[in-house]
Amino acid sequence: MAQFVKKDDDRDEEEYSPFLGIEKGSVLQEARVFNDPQLDSRRCSQVITKLLYLLNQGETFTKVEATEVFFAVTKLFQSKDIGLRRMVYLIIKELSPSSDEVIIVTSSLMKDMNSKTDVYRANAIRVLCRITDGTLLTQIERYLKQAIVDKNPVVASAALVSGIHLLQTNPEIVKRWSNEVQEAVQSRAALVQFHALALLHQIRQNDRLAVSKLVTSLTRGTVRSPLAQCLLIRYTSQVIRESSMNNQSGDRPFYDYLEGCLRHKAEMVIFEAARAITELNGVTSRELTPAITVLQLFLSSSKPVLRFAAVRTLNKVAMTHPMAVTNCNIDMESLISDQNRSIATLAITTLLKTGNESGVDRLMKQITNFMSDIADEFKIVVVDAIRSLCLKFPLKYRSLMNFLSNILREEGGFEYKKAIVDSIVILIRDIPDAKESGLLHLCEFIEDCEFTYLSTQILHFLGVEGPKTSDPSKYIRYIYNRVILENATVRASAVSTLAKFGAMVDSLKPRIFILLRRCLYDNDDEVRDRATLYLNTLGGDGSVVETDKDVKDFLFGSLDIPLVNLETSLKNYEPTEEQFDISSVPKEVKSQPLAEKKSAGKKPTALGAPPAAPTSTVDAYEKLLSSIPEFSTFGQLFKSSAPVELTEAETEYAVNVVKHIFDKHVVFQYNCTNTIPEQLLENVIVVVDASEAEEFAEVATKPLKALPYDTPGQTFVAFEKQEGVLAVGRFSNELKFIVKEVDPSTGEAEEDGVEDEYQLEDSEIVAADYMLKVGVSNFRNAWESLGPDFERIDEYGLGPRESLSEAVNAVINLLGMQPCEGTEVVAANSRSHSCLLSGVYIGNVKVLVRLSFGVDSSKEVAMKLAVRSEDESVSDAIHEIVAN
Amino acid sequence: MHVLLNIYHSDACPTIKNVLLLDSGGRRVAVKYYTDEWPTNGAKLAFERSVFIKTQKTNARTEAEIVMFENNVVVYKFIQDLHFFVTGGDYENELALAAVLQGLSDAVTLLLRGNVDQREALENLNMMFLCLDEIIDAGMILETDGNMIAGKVATHNMDDGAPLSEQTISQALATAREHLTRSLLR
Repeated sequence: MAQFVKKDDDRDEEEYSPFLGIEKGSVLQEARVFNDPQLDSRRCSQVITKLLYLLNQGETFTKVEATEVFFAVTKLFQSKDIGLRRMVYLIIKELSPSSDEVIIVTSSLMKDMNSKTDVYRANAIRVLCRITDGTLLTQIERYLKQAIVDKNPVVASAALVSGIHLLQTNPEIVKRWSNEVQEAVQSRAALVQFHALALLHQIRQNDRLAVSKLVTSLTRGTVRSPLAQCLLIRYTSQVIRESSMNNQSGDRPFYDYLEGCLRHKAEMVIFEAARAITELNGVTSRELTPAITVLQLFLSSSKPVLRFAAVRTLNKVAMTHPMAVTNCNIDMESLISDQNRSIATLAITTLLKTGNESGVDRLMKQITNFMSDIADEFKIVVVDAIRSLCLKFPLKYRSLMNFLSNILREEGGFEYKKAIVDSIVILIRDIPDAKESGLLHLCEFIEDCEFTYLSTQILHFLGVEGPKTSDPSKYIRYIYNRVILENATVRASAVSTLAKFGAMVDSLKPRIFILLRRCLYDNDDEVRDRATLYLNTLGGDGSVVETDKDVKDFLFGSLDIPLVNLETSLKNYEPTEEQFDISSVPKEVKSQPLAEKKSAGKKPTALGAPPAAPTSTVDAYEKLLSSIPEFSTFGQLFKSSAPVELTEAETEYAVNVVKHIFDKHVVFQYNCTNTIPEQLLENVIVVVDASEAEEFAEVATKPLKALPYDTPGQTFVAFEKQEGVLAVGRFSNELKFIVKEVDPSTGEAEEDGVEDEYQLEDSEIVAADYMLKVGVSNFRNAWESLGPDFERIDEYGLGPRESLSEAVNAVINLLGMQPCEGTEVVAANSRSHSCLLSGVYIGNVKVLVRLSFGVDSSKEVAMKLAVRSEDESVSDAIHEIVAN
Repeated sequence: MHVLLNIYHSDACPTIKNVLLLDSGGRRVAVKYYTDEWPTNGAKLAFERSVFIKTQKTNARTEAEIVMFENNVVVYKFIQDLHFFVTGGDYENELALAAVLQGLSDAVTLLLRGNVDQREALENLNMMFLCLDEIIDAGMILETDGNMIAGKVATHNMDDGAPLSEQTISQALATAREHLTRSLLR
């Protein structure tokens, strides 16, 4: 017991704190001293410190408590004690009073703002600007303008920094201060200049010319603080970027200034300038050299921060200009043993990017020692770098594959293991020699793998690759072990894998049958079902064996239909004698409206009415269109759009349009539904005004003879356009018809009808209509195989955008292409993004697009667009789409 | 091909996301957050926890150290049982962050008269709060010179009686004296 007490004492001593056992309730009680007629400023300071301590520890005050404290605190303005006043400022900022409370302290703070004491002035400005709203701001604006040009740098900085914050909420007011801010930029006080420069740039950031002028004058003048110099470098890069977008020729403006900054005395500035140079658009190696040289010097600095900054920048440079960085390789190698693991990781990944083939083995040895003591997130970075290295030097696969299999056996989380497995799979795919050893490494891994997802992925991959190896039988043991030892999901996929071996390798068939039959007694449905199915298809139960080709197609053929479409089609499918035909499922990735089933379901089928709107598959459309003589000469249908509603929901007539694109024609299919039981519409046509679509000429119209209540029907309008021209335009539509009254009791229509019309919304032909969404499974391979012959690259400014992901989606929708490899998803908060798109352009031209996006603090989005296609004019066309 | 266009954020002014002063157990002494990235106290504590754990085993005593995680760059320095951290976004100039950190640790050293430890910091917590307030204003760097920061904080704790000009001079003298002693003790 005594020992226990003693231990407790020790603990107390160790964790001594003047705030030990402090409680909100009692501190709030103590705050009553603020109301004493004779203020004890020392005591009051202490109480405020306690309140601040509580807030800082995460304690929250209720509205009532905060208001009470706030009112008590306002009394303290009576005291002349500077220290106390300073604490009062702090606590007011922390309490962030509501606007009706602010009024109470406004006059006190305004008095302090005009006080002779500089400390009061500076702080009162910051407090007042923090808690103020727009109306109050106009009252104090005059003082703030004065403060900006105040002799005292602390006061000037306080006003300028407050201006930077206020610019977000009250830009129109702050913009009126330009003259004063301009004057402050010339201030002799270093930080005033920094703050003034930051504010001035923010005021003018949308005025390119003004920014350019500012940069021109300041790069010639004197800039006193390193921070201000860094800002100027950033603004200079901005000007360079914008001007180089306009004129490609001639020397780069301001490069000399950046290079001059490499000789500045402050490291902060040198680094900023070096980084700015490495990030110049299309930087040449001549321009890069001086920047790389200073960064190389930083690599051997004694300061970790400097080493980190340099290696991080060089790492980025290595992605685009690996040759420029090779000079630093020796310094980089010494960084592998750096105490700071972030630096070491960056050094390794840089080396992996810049290293040559002969150095690989040595490098791998160094990395092996290093891997054990870094975190997973770093390891993933290293694994990715090793994968690209291996693809670069396929002859070195042996040592790299060994490395990967070694680290695969070590401890690690899911993301890390997944990165390794993905890498091995890619290496097996791309380097034939690596296949057998890679597969065995994966087999060993699944023997002891805690991640179901990875096990199933590997089993699937084994099923595809394993049977093609020289000795497929050696994999069977690994696979069947899964059936014995694993959970149901893994067992089911092991069964599928076994079946694939059985289908591909005749000699193994009998043994596979034995194994599969054992699986028939599994206690999981899915496993039993699969085993039964495969035994059946492979002929293991002695029944009629399907042809070899069918079996292989069944087992190996990829489901080239998007699962979503299949699901929708199955939901739409109504059990009839007609079997579900999988080929009727659309292959294009798009959302299928369920509405068609609904309308079809309501309608009794025996009415002899025209057939319901066909299921919106290309095949069905094609059949429909070719059955109409007017359109039969248009040739192969390229694409049919999803239906676009031209009427609002719940209106008298519901009309939507499907756009059919042919090489030289466009057909609008208007699907009309009459929702008024008392009406029969006859001779329904859509009158299309194509005056805003000059490149289109109307060639044919197919009216709808009759449109009875709730029975959809179609009318068509066809246009001609020039082949190979990306014609876009807007069409205004009007529904014209003869309406006849229907007696609801008999269902008989009257003889005479009245002509009527009904305004529809406009329809449009956009660039995306000429593009089919067709995905590719391996974008990189597809990209490489298209080759750079018809590659077109350009950059575009997209202007201010709501968010990066909004900008990415806008471009994807504009192009109407299929995002690949999940690149349409933009990580939250990320400021740059790369997106891969693929599609087939009209004329059956394959197109691939790489998009790189970047967004700056003012939400301006810039985009780099690289297009490869089988046809030069198509690559250009894609750029035209974006440029317009 | 892989030119990521993250250079386009370079136009922004350097901003600080948070400044943390923790003790050797990772507990808060004084912290200040300037963004909504960690909206709740729980989120803040979690960030402090992970930053503390990630840096705990490193030696950041002679030179400031640096770590990057969750798209943030954190520079840090340990003095006795106090851990100083300054966090910025991943595009921030690392050396600008380091300058802020240096200013902070210098100012704290001056204000605590060389006795930089958790106990002393807590006993002078008012000065620690004022110090944070003088370095960063809502994310903007106000001042990075440790002497200037300490001077501004200390001014407020002077008696009200003396005229201001004298106060500044005497403060300057005190700082100079302190500086001299410190350099002699090294």
